[in-house]
Amino acid sequence: MALHKGRGFACINYPIGMNLGGDPSQALVHSTPDGKFMVSLSAIDLGQGMKSVTRQIAAETLGVPVADVYVDTADSDTGPHDMGSFASRGTHRVGNAVIRAAAEARAAMMEAAADELEVNPADLDTDGEGNIHVKGAPGRSITVADTAIAAQFKQGKTLSGRGIFLIPTSDVDADTGEMTPVSCFAHAAVVVDLEVDDETGEVTVSQVNSAYEVGRALNPKMVEQQLIGGAWMGISHALYETTEPYYPDRSHGPDDYNSYLMPGAGDVVPHNIAVLERPAEDAPFGGKGPGEMCANPLLPAVANAIYNAVGVRCDMLPITPEKVLRGIQANGGAQPKGTF
Amino acid sequence: MAKTPVRFTLNGSETALFVDGGANLLDTLRRGVGDLSPKYGCGQGTCGTCTVLIDGEPHLSCLTLAETVEGRSIETTGGLSNGADLHPLQRVFMENFGAQCGYCTPGMLMAAKALLAKNPNPSREEVVEAISGNICRCTGYEPIIDAILATAGQMRGRVA
Repeated sequence: MALHKGRGFACINYPIGMNLGGDPSQALVHSTPDGKFMVSLSAIDLGQGMKSVTRQIAAETLGVPVADVYVDTADSDTGPHDMGSFASRGTHRVGNAVIRAAAEARAAMMEAAADELEVNPADLDTDGEGNIHVKGAPGRSITVADTAIAAQFKQGKTLSGRGIFLIPTSDVDADTGEMTPVSCFAHAAVVVDLEVDDETGEVTVSQVNSAYEVGRALNPKMVEQQLIGGAWMGISHALYETTEPYYPDRSHGPDDYNSYLMPGAGDVVPHNIAVLERPAEDAPFGGKGPGEMCANPLLPAVANAIYNAVGVRCDMLPITPEKVLRGIQANGGAQPKGTF
Repeated sequence: MAKTPVRFTLNGSETALFVDGGANLLDTLRRGVGDLSPKYGCGQGTCGTCTVLIDGEPHLSCLTLAETVEGRSIETTGGLSNGADLHPLQRVFMENFGAQCGYCTPGMLMAAKALLAKNPNPSREEVVEAISGNICRCTGYEPIIDAILATAGQMRGRVA
């Protein structure tokens, strides 16, 4: 028996969102009477950071501290409409909707402040710390809280805004089949190093190196977290996880965690990530989405690395020891494809 | 069905209630006592999110008969913080982004607490071993391992 080292490469252009029916997201923003802002969404935070990122986007657009913005999500009975959290669309679609809603609320806030200061709204600016002042005259100012109180109790106005982001529907060209299904792409390239045991067919990943282009990393720590965790989900799908191991035959499928294989803490290997930032024009503050595409390129990279190690080309996932071993036997032994 | 009286301390507080024969500790804590911090994951001892400490040892509360904790000391994530003062593990998990969806976090925290109580200076391998019964879908484990190692470093610093 021998252990064979293999290296596999894969890259991906990942479409952000999918333009079926315009892929709309709505956001509503309103102030409370004490000058805090509430962002209402039906977008769902499953732990990927939707609440944190939309909170940052709203605060930046409104010109108020992040601490003064709250985000309420995920009640489709009462919230504004959203298509959901999928296809890496959250940051891009929901973020754009939040920018529009927050910009409208900011305009209302500036008008209310202008009334109080008896100036033109165009002459006002925010300092990002909870104050609104006359440009060039920081002494002439009013707090956001006092502005909200005046709007609520004196002017009889709401400081609120509505936002929707909708992609124009792209029809399919009858002659060429061409269409424009998405508005922007994220990109990634990954290199997986692994070892294959030619006696057992077992595959052990040893290292991952990757570069992800995500537009702008709006929250760099959360982007890194998403990339590390998502890459492991990709490796896991490549090597371990399935509900139908002999698909389309449904036999031998797992019915609990004892028989559904998932990586544990001991399976983790070093993953070196380079996050590349090329802000996208139509994305909120340039941020696209590192959602699904953090997992996807790992699958072909693992398959390529196994081919490189022992010359077995598996086209059904997951690539179990059984499939590797059958491939090695069919080839009359391991056929390493050389180092690179 | 006959009920059995059970007394134990939960996060330092005397707790007494009647449980059905065969009731598990997880159900008893969540439904009987109202401590929702240990989570129900698989219900068969394979995911680890229901992990609680019994006399300092990590146990899967979904597989523990409630009657067996008579007179013993139970710790859950609900007792980790002191009001707004987070336990060092909770704070460092937060600083290291050691959670995404958060469902595995209560089990991870309790497994880590048991480890650090016994071994204040664990190696990376020992941390991995301590949380090997806890499944995490989101993080890829890396930030959780880093958080436990960082907490160990900080807690040692405070004692010294």
